[in-house]
Amino acid sequence: MIRLENVSRIFAVGDQQVAALRGIDLNIAAGDYVSIMGPSGSGKSTLLNLIGLLDRPSSGTYRLDGGDVTDLSDEQQAKVRSEKVGFVFQAFHLVPRLTAAMNIELPLILAGIPADERKARVEELMENYGLTDRADHRPDQLSGGQRQRVAIARATSMRPTVLLADEPTGNLDQATGKEVMNLLEQLVAQQVTLIVVTHDPIIGGRAARQVRMVDGQITGETGQFVGRAMPAETERRAEPDLR
Amino acid sequence: MKFVDVVQFASGSLRGSRTRALLMMLAMSIGVAAVVVLTGLGEGARRYVVNQFSSLGTNLLIVFPGRTETTGFGPGMLLGQIPREITLDDAQALLRSRAIGRIAPLTVGASQISRDALNREVAVLGSTADLLEVRHMSIGQGQFLPAGDVYSSESVCVLGAKLKRELFGQQNAIGAWVRLGDRRFRVIGVLAIQGESMGFNTDEIVIVPVASAHMLFNTSGLFRILVEAKSRDTIERAKQDAEQILSGRHGERDVTVITQDAVLATFDRILRALTLAVAGIAAISLAVAGILIMNVMLIAVSQRVREIGLLKALGAPAAQIRNLFFAEAILLSGIGSVAGLILGEIGTRVIAQIYPALPVSAPWWAVLAAFGTALGTGILFSVWPARRAARLDPVMALARS
Ligand SMILES: Nc1ncnc2c1ncn2[C@@H]1O[C@H](COP(=O)(O)OP(=O)(O)O)[C@@H](O)[C@H]1O
Ligand SMILES: [Mg+2]
Repeated sequence: MIRLENVSRIFAVGDQQVAALRGIDLNIAAGDYVSIMGPSGSGKSTLLNLIGLLDRPSSGTYRLDGGDVTDLSDEQQAKVRSEKVGFVFQAFHLVPRLTAAMNIELPLILAGIPADERKARVEELMENYGLTDRADHRPDQLSGGQRQRVAIARATSMRPTVLLADEPTGNLDQATGKEVMNLLEQLVAQQVTLIVVTHDPIIGGRAARQVRMVDGQITGETGQFVGRAMPAETERRAEPDLR
Repeated sequence: MKFVDVVQFASGSLRGSRTRALLMMLAMSIGVAAVVVLTGLGEGARRYVVNQFSSLGTNLLIVFPGRTETTGFGPGMLLGQIPREITLDDAQALLRSRAIGRIAPLTVGASQISRDALNREVAVLGSTADLLEVRHMSIGQGQFLPAGDVYSSESVCVLGAKLKRELFGQQNAIGAWVRLGDRRFRVIGVLAIQGESMGFNTDEIVIVPVASAHMLFNTSGLFRILVEAKSRDTIERAKQDAEQILSGRHGERDVTVITQDAVLATFDRILRALTLAVAGIAAISLAVAGILIMNVMLIAVSQRVREIGLLKALGAPAAQIRNLFFAEAILLSGIGSVAGLILGEIGTRVIAQIYPALPVSAPWWAVLAAFGTALGTGILFSVWPARRAARLDPVMALARS
């Protein structure tokens, strides 16, 4: 489902070239639960942004759901993001002037979904995430855990196939972080592909598949299914989800 | 994204920065109101003058002594010559022209008017029966000067409405006697209330036969001759004839004939130009408001970088982001212009209250132009900020703290 081949991402900083990603090969099947761990500056966020089509590789190819998405236009990228990708950020990124319900509704509004359907979906999401009595609260009236629950509800409102979480527990205490991870992991059970970037080994250790990164390169993997070791099996697993 | 949602989202983000939005709308509405009020004033002045001229009479020519070039200074004026006077015979001679319908000679002077113990200073107008028609006056009670021999100095007079009230109160004035200077005049009529026109208030004058006025002031000259051409088409002919007849009688061209139309057209042009100039100046304030909008929108974009990044991450394409900022600008300038139109309307009404004589009301084209310019500048000056927002790199935008 996600297939990166020899992907590099080089930033130009002044006259200097900074290679944030160097020759990344990565296969992730639909419904996989992958954590990406590594020290700060190792390129985890850059990789996640590439997968989420917020960025483009400098070289290499990226295939998503069987199609080549390496060189999509901004417009096409936005469409794929809207339909297939959900983001959860460390800093929550809720719109401060909007209520919890409106924040959850935002992707649906942007996608042009009719109001009555939006309403039904938002209500369902708020119930699922225990936010019903917080519907009319603004982000600054919510606790950190509640904010991240709103963010997860928002990320799932368009029923994406891929959920990308960049340090989702980074701004939360341990107990709340665990709660948030439980919520994210519930999505894996619903066949959502979950990729979590973290530098916390306890959080990262919960994933079925753990990718380690150092200095822009993947240095190793642990877990049940290792894409590079067993490519055939990964592909087979991915097949039912191909659209 | 649906249109209603765009509007709702945009108005939501405007409400998020209320003070800023209100200030911008204020700037916009002041600009629009300025255009509306100022053009309303200009148009009002123009129409006032036109009305005043029309109320003087139709197809009117005015003959007065002295040769005035179009520049306003003839050689006679420079030399300080006193022009030859125009006599009643001259006036009567004008009737020879077939282009001329009626004439009304005018002599003016000031005198003391008294009735019993009451007395006051009054402007005395000497004329003939035709003045009533030529000058579009109407009689309230009794009758106007008798028709017939214009050389007869009958001791009769017609009072202005206000003058009558001052001298007689509610009592009947018709048939009563008043004293003008050292002569007694019988009141035969009272003018209907007409008010002031062209700085001359007919409510406060007394009208006597022109020959009587000549005796009263011991002159034989006329101040003006009002000439009514037979139709609109013969105005030019009437002017030429008048000049020719009087030149023939005086041996030189020493009178000036102006047509009401020419004067009116000049005033009309001047006041129209003035209105446009004033509207233009007011429109500059709209442009200033537009620049203000651009500035504020740029600030809004830089303050909402993270939000823009988020919207992109949530799947909003660049065009959508651009539309959202456009919608904000259109809402701002739209609401601002509507408020401005209301403000302008209020301003216009206040002025109309203070100067009831002035028919102030902004012409439709000015209202439309003000509204259009406001909306246009709002959109024009938000193009750049909106594009800037749309072009933001989502990763960088989200990373901004
Ligand atoms: N927009 C950018 N411009 C220049 N350098 C960047 C940019 N984004 C990331 N980098 C660099 O790329 C490397 C990887 O960054 P990042 O992916 O954010 O690391 P991580 O998320 O693992 O902490 C770092 O050296 C960082 O400085
Ligand atoms: Mg990072």
